[in-house]
Amino acid sequence: MADPVISVQGLRKSYDDLEAVRGIDLEVSAGEVFAFLGPNGAGKTTTVEILEGYRPRTAGEVSVLGTDPQNADRDWRQRVGFVLQESRLVPELTPREAVEQYAGYYAQPRDVNDTVNLVGLVDKADVRTSKLSGGQQRRLDVALALIGDPELLFLDEPTTGFDPSARRQAWEVIGGLRDLGKTVFLTTHYMDEAQALADRVAIISAGRIVATGSPEELGGDREARTEISFRLPVGVHGPDLPYGIRTAARIDAERVSLTAQDPVPILRELTNWAAERGVGLPGLLVRRPSLEDVYLDLTDGSGRSEAGE
Amino acid sequence: MSGVAVLLHQFRFDQKVFWRNPAAVFFTALLPLIFLFMLATVFKNSEISGLDVKGATYYVPAILTLAVISATTVKLATNLPAEREAGQLKRVRGTPLPPAAFVAGRVGNSLVITGIMVVLVSVIGALVYGVTIPTDTLPAMLVTLAVGAFSFSCLGFALAAAIPTAEAAPAVTNATVLPLYFLSGVFIPEDELPNGVLNFADAFPIRHFFEALFTTWSPHTTGAGFEWGDLAVVAAWGLVGLVVAVRFFRWEPRR
Repeated sequence: MADPVISVQGLRKSYDDLEAVRGIDLEVSAGEVFAFLGPNGAGKTTTVEILEGYRPRTAGEVSVLGTDPQNADRDWRQRVGFVLQESRLVPELTPREAVEQYAGYYAQPRDVNDTVNLVGLVDKADVRTSKLSGGQQRRLDVALALIGDPELLFLDEPTTGFDPSARRQAWEVIGGLRDLGKTVFLTTHYMDEAQALADRVAIISAGRIVATGSPEELGGDREARTEISFRLPVGVHGPDLPYGIRTAARIDAERVSLTAQDPVPILRELTNWAAERGVGLPGLLVRRPSLEDVYLDLTDGSGRSEAGE
Repeated sequence: MSGVAVLLHQFRFDQKVFWRNPAAVFFTALLPLIFLFMLATVFKNSEISGLDVKGATYYVPAILTLAVISATTVKLATNLPAEREAGQLKRVRGTPLPPAAFVAGRVGNSLVITGIMVVLVSVIGALVYGVTIPTDTLPAMLVTLAVGAFSFSCLGFALAAAIPTAEAAPAVTNATVLPLYFLSGVFIPEDELPNGVLNFADAFPIRHFFEALFTTWSPHTTGAGFEWGDLAVVAAWGLVGLVVAVRFFRWEPRR
């Protein structure tokens, strides 16, 4: 197997007495779209900035394209592209000019017009960047990161603060990077973004990786447990429910809920019981948890280490 | 691209960005000319006693001093912290553009503005106020301008390194240079200033730069007009600025 594009072992980063990153291991292979998912303050940006060579680390081994980013040189920067979390564009230039300027920094840049086209800014190519919408500016950020034809792209929260349509457009552009064969390291605090874009996801919470896998796998373990819930029919009380359900369920404000590995036998028992008694099952829900639930579960709804971002 | 090609490429874009920014052009290029018109008109025929020159002859090198410092120290120390805070410098730092080429592009931009201002101020001085453009001392004037432009560019990068935020940049920069313009005789003729003030100003490079420049414009100058002592002080300040800039200049916003 080829060497991983990114390899991290035991990465730690402390600020004064605060540990923002507390021992992270991860590997990203060539051509993979990898999402680093976590709430604000979980250590995402600290980690990505260490990988980008912007920050020194406290401990651990890091290799990006075979180089320790702490010793990043010009040759290494030829091979990576960055979309930073916050970086304004030069308002006096147009998108085409900005891309042209960055093309001049690289040994073998992509074609300027193709790249403007790729991020969907053809119509806006010759207006000042100050006149672009937030979503358009972000797509220009991607173009600037892409113009050097890098092997690896870092995207740090590329759609934070976007309206839904701008996010969709940004996703299309990022999805297109996969087709170019680029390796992409993406940070996000949006579950659906990781789900839509990534081959593999690592969930970070309070400076530690708490789960890794494909979006399907991550949902997998817990998706095995389906949640069934309904309201108690009028005139029916908890003790009236069939034994197998009564013992497994939680009854909370007239709502009965239970989880099961296999929901089918329970549903059969439940519907038979309801039919025999001549009652309905109001508000019946059979629900497999989404990746969102997994995420909230794993990050405890917060997961902050109060540092670094 | 080769080192030189990438430098020229960067320089070309720095030029484009500067001339498209009306506020930058106003403060850097037009404001010194407005001061020239105001001061040279008001003091046109008054003698600057002690120096034995007409007001206009005094104010041409004075405004050149202002123009060079506006195009270098002031421009760099106000723009760079803003670009740093906006994450623009960080983005550039993530590309293969060598930092030296970035710096050279900016200094090149300042030198171009300086050159244009020298021509404008000299021509306006000659045509409108009858101030004779130096010939014998022209080499000394060009050397003085070059030493000044480089030194004050270094000081611009040093100030940009010292200034923490975009918000503080114009305030700190102006609070540094404006009092020194007054104390160094750039706005108020030096015969109006007490000796103590001039002695104080002598500790800083603006006064020395102005004196060196004035010598190259004064009709009483005999010889080549090089003020090596003043130039040495200006260059020494530039060197200190360079060391501070190299040691402390940051590309990333403070958190």
